[in-house]
Amino acid sequence: MDLRIPHSEPSPDERAAVDALLGAPASGWDGGDRDVALDGRVARRGLRAIEARRDLLLPAIEAVQARVGWVSKAALDYIARRLTVPPAEVWGVASFYHLIDLEPAPPVVAHVCDDIACRNAGAEDVCAALGAEGAVADGATWKRSPCLGLCELAPAALLVRAGATPTTEVVAPATAAAIATARAAVDGPADASAGARRGDARLDEVRRSVPQAGDASLQLLARVGVVDPGSLDDYRRHGGYRGLTRAIELGGAGVIAELTAGRLVGRGGAAFPTGRKWQAVAGQTERTRYVVCNADESEPGTFKDRILMEWDPFAVIEGMTIAGLTAGAEHGYVYVRGEYPVAAARLQAAIDAARAAGLLGADVAGTGARFDVEIRRGAGAYICGEETSLFNSLEGFRGEPRSKPPYPVAVGLFGKPTVVNNVETLANVPVLLTAGGAAFAAQGSGTSTGPKLYCVSGHVARPGLYEAPFGVTVRDLLALAGGTSRGRPVRAVLLGGAAGSFVGADALDVPLTLEGLRAIGATLGSGVVMVFDDGADLPGVLRRIAQFFRDESCGQCVPCRVGTVRQDEALHRLAARPPAAAVADDRALLAELGQAMRDASICGLGQTASAAIESALALGLGDPVADAPTTGGAR
Amino acid sequence: MSADHDDGADRVWFEPPPRSVRLPMAPPTPAPATITLEIDGREVQVADGSSLLDACASIGVETPTLCFLKTLTPVNACRVCVVELEGSRTLVPSCARKAEAGMKVHTDSPRVRLSRKLVLELLGSSVDLSQAPDVARWMARYDAHPERFGADAATVAQPVKDDNDLYVRDYARCILCYKCVEACGTDAQNTFAIAVAGRGFDARVATEADVPLPASACVYCGNCIGVCPTNALVFKSEHVMRGKGTWAPERQTTTDTICSYCGVGCTLTLHAQDGRIVKVTSPLDASVTEGNLCIKGRFGFDFVDDEPAGDG
Repeated sequence: MDLRIPHSEPSPDERAAVDALLGAPASGWDGGDRDVALDGRVARRGLRAIEARRDLLLPAIEAVQARVGWVSKAALDYIARRLTVPPAEVWGVASFYHLIDLEPAPPVVAHVCDDIACRNAGAEDVCAALGAEGAVADGATWKRSPCLGLCELAPAALLVRAGATPTTEVVAPATAAAIATARAAVDGPADASAGARRGDARLDEVRRSVPQAGDASLQLLARVGVVDPGSLDDYRRHGGYRGLTRAIELGGAGVIAELTAGRLVGRGGAAFPTGRKWQAVAGQTERTRYVVCNADESEPGTFKDRILMEWDPFAVIEGMTIAGLTAGAEHGYVYVRGEYPVAAARLQAAIDAARAAGLLGADVAGTGARFDVEIRRGAGAYICGEETSLFNSLEGFRGEPRSKPPYPVAVGLFGKPTVVNNVETLANVPVLLTAGGAAFAAQGSGTSTGPKLYCVSGHVARPGLYEAPFGVTVRDLLALAGGTSRGRPVRAVLLGGAAGSFVGADALDVPLTLEGLRAIGATLGSGVVMVFDDGADLPGVLRRIAQFFRDESCGQCVPCRVGTVRQDEALHRLAARPPAAAVADDRALLAELGQAMRDASICGLGQTASAAIESALALGLGDPVADAPTTGGAR
Repeated sequence: MSADHDDGADRVWFEPPPRSVRLPMAPPTPAPATITLEIDGREVQVADGSSLLDACASIGVETPTLCFLKTLTPVNACRVCVVELEGSRTLVPSCARKAEAGMKVHTDSPRVRLSRKLVLELLGSSVDLSQAPDVARWMARYDAHPERFGADAATVAQPVKDDNDLYVRDYARCILCYKCVEACGTDAQNTFAIAVAGRGFDARVATEADVPLPASACVYCGNCIGVCPTNALVFKSEHVMRGKGTWAPERQTTTDTICSYCGVGCTLTLHAQDGRIVKVTSPLDASVTEGNLCIKGRFGFDFVDDEPAGDG
């Protein structure tokens, strides 16, 4: 390609960050020192080889962000030159992600979650105490963040420190003082895996997030808190890699038969049968195939995948390996959301250990089959959890969804057949194969089989990740979580996150199964169970959800790009307590907006952007008058 | 020079073989199979590979489109062309969805009308559509009332970007149809001067870091102007005349001719008002250009009106 790329000089740090990822530039053509005599004799690789490196675009931008704390235009131009990507497209990609700063920023940033779960726990008070958002003091600043996936520890903040060795630190519960202490520390935490300490201390730490940890009856969470997440031997001692052994015995067709018999469906929210997905990829005539683990968990209220990756990373890798062997893929990617640094670090360690033990690589477990896994990090975009947006993001393009059909099983990552599964789905695979499909299907009810993870948060005494079979009720989960936290009655429960729906207190005994919830027009989605008592500021919660979709719409299609804005505006008008006629008009407007977004948006984001709000208004929740917070319960 | 050269007596001339009477032709391609589907209760037969939009057009069903252009890859971003497909949970974009045998499609159902109305209202309430042809007619057809979102509805209003001599970018009129980005990129020009940047309602068409056009990779082919459906991208000459109130399409004539700058032979359509060329386009169905031109063909017309210099 003949590109015009401005000659601007990146700073030494920016150059070092990019070169650490891409290697030193080979000539003056791709950003090295210009040498008139030599550069004239350089033969550059062909277009195909250049295109094959496009997927390093986002990692290169992230590398500069992590090193410097922001990304200058000179750095973007240097990346454009190194990868032969048009500067306008580099800018388009960099400006898509909210964790990439394109204006000068200090090296230390506290991302303070103000999303619904943290809001419930007083995030607005934390933000108020921190002063003006974006104000820089002592080389640090803070900004509001959508859900950080730390809902069980709410209110939470993530401190990110740029540098040659970038560090991050979770501050939870977040207070202005705790954040100030964390950002004043010179070096940050000594060890990103400090939480992986041994024995009882580890179990105690995990129990803050997984109150059931250590319970022998658990399946998906059996090893969480029990094993050292960095130890392959520990993993194997506790049943690890039995699923892979079984998969190798069964062969590809046998694995698919077991998955089908077990009726495993995807745990990311769409509940597609996993066996059917794998079979569709295995049956493609195209030989190059991919496995993608969707670890871009960004649904507000969801933190299950983070905990699985942090505390049982080998299970995810084992599930991916089985998928690779079954679908005939040689390469897998884990796309981990940018807000999950610890999960990414522990997964990377697990991949390295598995590769060293011959469980990944050119000859997986002596089968002769090749399969390896690479981690890619998101950079702050909810939309990238949508599978085709994820592909675009991973390929180095803007994370905008693609039109379906064609579906990923036929045309997925890099245009090739792709198995894309959620973390929890993949973690279920070894469990299913070890137990056998029939035993797996015996759990739960109807089409909802096997164990399920529930992300319980909000006004409960012990928020956390709970494992229970499909078919438990919200009341059961409330009991597990120690009841409500303030002794007040439950007013509403948000199921499935911001893209899910609210149910009232009358639905506490509805079985949490796919079909049970469908019957009452709700969805389990990613397993979010967020409880609001009668002191909750529901109108504020609804406005935060509307704000979330307004912020996170990718902007590609009109119904979602403008519809989410109009929805947000209508909710603000309602909050101003207008006369009855105006309320009726805005309610009708919201209903029409919801219908058009559901019908005409390209992807699931726009199609579900009105679901929670419409469900709440239909239940009479979030009424600006009736549901305004009562005195003393302003949270 | 060789001495033999002049000695022609014993030279044997090469006799070319007789010319083949068969003209060179591309190998025959099988005619695409015909498939049958149902649109609004009517049976429709179209060639396999046709879009639903083609199928609708083939029976005279007019479908509004904004981001679609037959010479560009469909991005199905505007969603004004959606139709209802039986068995599909959501509506489908007719511009991008291929027709399949047995499909049952509804183009005027309540769901379709509602979505088209909302799309037009959402655009109309956020973007200046006053120079977009057909939009007012579609607004009337679908009973769209953009004003119902209130006077405080967010818009993309912003100052005109007037940073070069050839064309201006009035992004207050931009509906983000992606056509200019496609024309600047792999669908036509391969210059990549512009891309979509930002996200959500802040998404916009931009050069790198929003630098002015002269600092970007723009080569001023103007192919982005050629595909813009809302006049967000417009000739400087038109922009100036509109500003003075002298732009008068009703007084304009068009003349097709061939560009004289080089040997490619691009078809030019000269738009003249009061005897002066005011802008240049190229027909989408011109086999050489498919609507695309270069800087010379599109903008190099001022000399026509120049007085001859010197003693010529």
